[in-house]
Amino acid sequence: MTRLILALGLFLAATVTARAEIDIDVVESPGGTTAWLVQDDSIPFVALELRFKGGASLDLPAKRGATNLMVALLEEGSGDMDARAFAAATEELATYISFDVSDDAVSVSARFLTENRDAAVALLREALVNPRFDQDAIDRVRAQVLSGIRSDLLDPDTIASEAFNAMVFGDHPYGTGLEGTEASVSALSRDDLVAAHQGTIARDRVYAGAAGDITPAELGALLDTVLGDLPETGLPQVADIAVDTSGGVTVVPFDTPQSVAVFGHAGLPRDHPDFFAAFVMNQILGAGGFEARLMTEVREKRGLTYGVYSYLVPKDHAALYMGRVASANDRIAEAVAVISEEWAKMAENGVTEEELSAAKTYLTGAYPLRFDGNRPIAQILVGMQMDDLSPDYVVTRNDRIEAVTLDDVARVASEVLQPDALHFVVVGQPEGLDSGIGQ
Amino acid sequence: MLKRLACIAATCCATTLAHAQDIEDDVTSFTLDNGMDVVVIEDHRAPAVVHMVWYRAGSADEPRGASGIAHYLEHLLFKETDNMEAGEFSRVVAENGGRDNAFTSYDYTAYFQRVAADRLELMMRMESDRMVNLNITQEDILTEREVVIEERNQRVENDPGSLFREQRRAAQFLNHPYGTPIIGWRHEMETLTLEDALAFYERHYAPNNAVLVVAGDVEPDAVRALAEQYYGVIPANPAIGPRDRVDEPRQLAERRLQMRDPRVAQPYVIRTYLAPERDPGDQETAAALTLLADVLGSGQTSVLVRKLQFDTQDSVYASAFYSGLSLDDTTFGIVTVPAPGVPMQEAEDALDQAIAEFLEEGVDPDQLARIKFQRRAQLIYARDDVNTLARRYGAALTSGLTVADVQDWPDVLDAVTEEDIMAAARMIFDRNKSVTGWLMAPDTDLAQAEMTTETEVTQ
Repeated sequence: MTRLILALGLFLAATVTARAEIDIDVVESPGGTTAWLVQDDSIPFVALELRFKGGASLDLPAKRGATNLMVALLEEGSGDMDARAFAAATEELATYISFDVSDDAVSVSARFLTENRDAAVALLREALVNPRFDQDAIDRVRAQVLSGIRSDLLDPDTIASEAFNAMVFGDHPYGTGLEGTEASVSALSRDDLVAAHQGTIARDRVYAGAAGDITPAELGALLDTVLGDLPETGLPQVADIAVDTSGGVTVVPFDTPQSVAVFGHAGLPRDHPDFFAAFVMNQILGAGGFEARLMTEVREKRGLTYGVYSYLVPKDHAALYMGRVASANDRIAEAVAVISEEWAKMAENGVTEEELSAAKTYLTGAYPLRFDGNRPIAQILVGMQMDDLSPDYVVTRNDRIEAVTLDDVARVASEVLQPDALHFVVVGQPEGLDSGIGQ
Repeated sequence: MLKRLACIAATCCATTLAHAQDIEDDVTSFTLDNGMDVVVIEDHRAPAVVHMVWYRAGSADEPRGASGIAHYLEHLLFKETDNMEAGEFSRVVAENGGRDNAFTSYDYTAYFQRVAADRLELMMRMESDRMVNLNITQEDILTEREVVIEERNQRVENDPGSLFREQRRAAQFLNHPYGTPIIGWRHEMETLTLEDALAFYERHYAPNNAVLVVAGDVEPDAVRALAEQYYGVIPANPAIGPRDRVDEPRQLAERRLQMRDPRVAQPYVIRTYLAPERDPGDQETAAALTLLADVLGSGQTSVLVRKLQFDTQDSVYASAFYSGLSLDDTTFGIVTVPAPGVPMQEAEDALDQAIAEFLEEGVDPDQLARIKFQRRAQLIYARDDVNTLARRYGAALTSGLTVADVQDWPDVLDAVTEEDIMAAARMIFDRNKSVTGWLMAPDTDLAQAEMTTETEVTQ
């Protein structure tokens, strides 16, 4: 068990130091599952987050969309309950159980009231271990998924992301939408869903975080109830894939007044020694606020967009550095030019001492504010484990930000930002932009 | 599942959650001498605070012809004041590890920052400054007008569902300003001027037209002292009076719209009915409508989902929606997204049939018991999220309600009977007060016939 105190005192020396006490218990269940816990009994419920590493990337080649459809069916009937009986049972207990899937994980988010926790946990266990995959539920949910897929085909944001991913990742699972295509989803059988369930939801790939009104012993028992009867292992994780882009623009013609552009190239994996420097650099280039260079240049100075952002995307098997902007068809070319220019400028010259200092104050000050409820804390705990961090990260993290120097950012900017590899996928009727490499 | 479809029905805020006695114990409210209302919500678990100032001025308070000015002004409040340069507000917040933003609705405009609790005073100093000291230039406003037009492009022009929502609201509210979009009609946005912005600012931005909400790791007495120091010294604007808006004429005929857009992949049928909102000391009807929406459309066991998605499978998504948080009359809505091969008229008929059956069958008492237990449980879950609590109070107090109304609301909901819900249903489902919309692709009927064939082939 590790006891930690998260200090909030990194502002100005003269101010009173605020402190958040985040005590992380590392709990080992009798059955051998590890979970991180922040115990706090001030509100009589507990938030639980589970992640099964792998997610939709484990779809078998001809079965794209199987994991997504399987996950959507977990709440549609299990054990002796059909879909409506299961829904009625969760309503009766006022518990929240939701399932989601990303490229890299199947996620479970749950909240249990203390007063009926055992019954609610039993429901979650049934959903995860004993899903029924009734044919009528499969047909009903499949129709919803197909409706979503058809909508995606006409949504400029999704068109842009999918075109970018297809260009970068090709046949790797990251190269196609995890919902699958109309053809692949229509062809999925019940057996495919059972296989996806067996292949993705297994004990050897689970991560758990909890926060709220529960003791370590109770959490251990809960984990064994929920996870104990799952298979020990599932499908092997997929291979890594290198990201290799060429600079330029790909236009996807689509009749809509505002063009949407997704842009990017290779990034850094989460465990790269320069990740923190890159993270700080991105804060200055294009993360979040109005102060970032992209926002200042594209929005504040020129009024070309409502929002422009860049972000590091460290996936489990590939690392990207990406961004997104949207501008009217007759203005997107200018937005693309300004972004390219800013990309090159920072690669060449790095950042200023002032910018670095402002970014650090923001990042270190904002970090403790994330721990402001059972739900966000449980999510942070499970995320840290998936990133292979240790519990003391919550106290060392700000020191790592502070340790980034101006030279670090300059070096990382020159290595990570590759103006020659920055590729824009533009969806719309952009004026003055044509598909081409090396523009 | 299917969060995307759920967006079709989404109104600006989620159905209001109830809150518990435990929460009331953490809420303190008072009014400054100049008329500014203050609400303090304590949550000492994390050393953070959210600081919000809400103005009782939204898009429905705009002069005719200047639609979008409330929202445009919201953007301009991040520009120059007598004491701060353009962009300085957000920069200082960020330098202190915080985040800030703002939002505009029909009935309110609100500004907020989320920072470490010991930064509260700095936030008050800056927010009180821009309440009265805005000093924007012609240059600021032209660039920012481009930004809000791009915002409209992003939120509305690029999304046929949003364009359709604008058309439906314009049909629903013939005379009341709720028929005009918050972000503004594009042709009017393009002509908004510095004078328009300043006129709105001077007319509405004053302490006696504002609500301060502070939530987090704070003590009410300390908040009061700071509020008096920074906001209390600003004189009230005596010209601010009651918010009198024009009324809708009596609606005598149902209104129907069909819109086709090539970007529509999934057609749907949506109908809204003019409905009463929550009024101070008089929330019973709104409570019944809130639970009616739950009974009809919330979750897998609800009436429309059961009848249309499970029993007949005419629909891939069906729901009902209502939010009583509104200064003036609002709407109650129902929606169905037809399954492939189900023509629009059949989908609408099935929806009408489901409502007709419900009016015959009444409320399932077990379902109502579950809904009420969930509402009570939300009193517990809500305490985990002080930002949402802060928004609840801010929105209520700028939508004509009082702190007491917010605190009574859970009990008012809990007291609603099956008979109340049925009475509300009989009152609301009057086609002469409705707007029915079909959103379709140019070739919706054809496309659906093809889709049916395709499904049959592949399965």
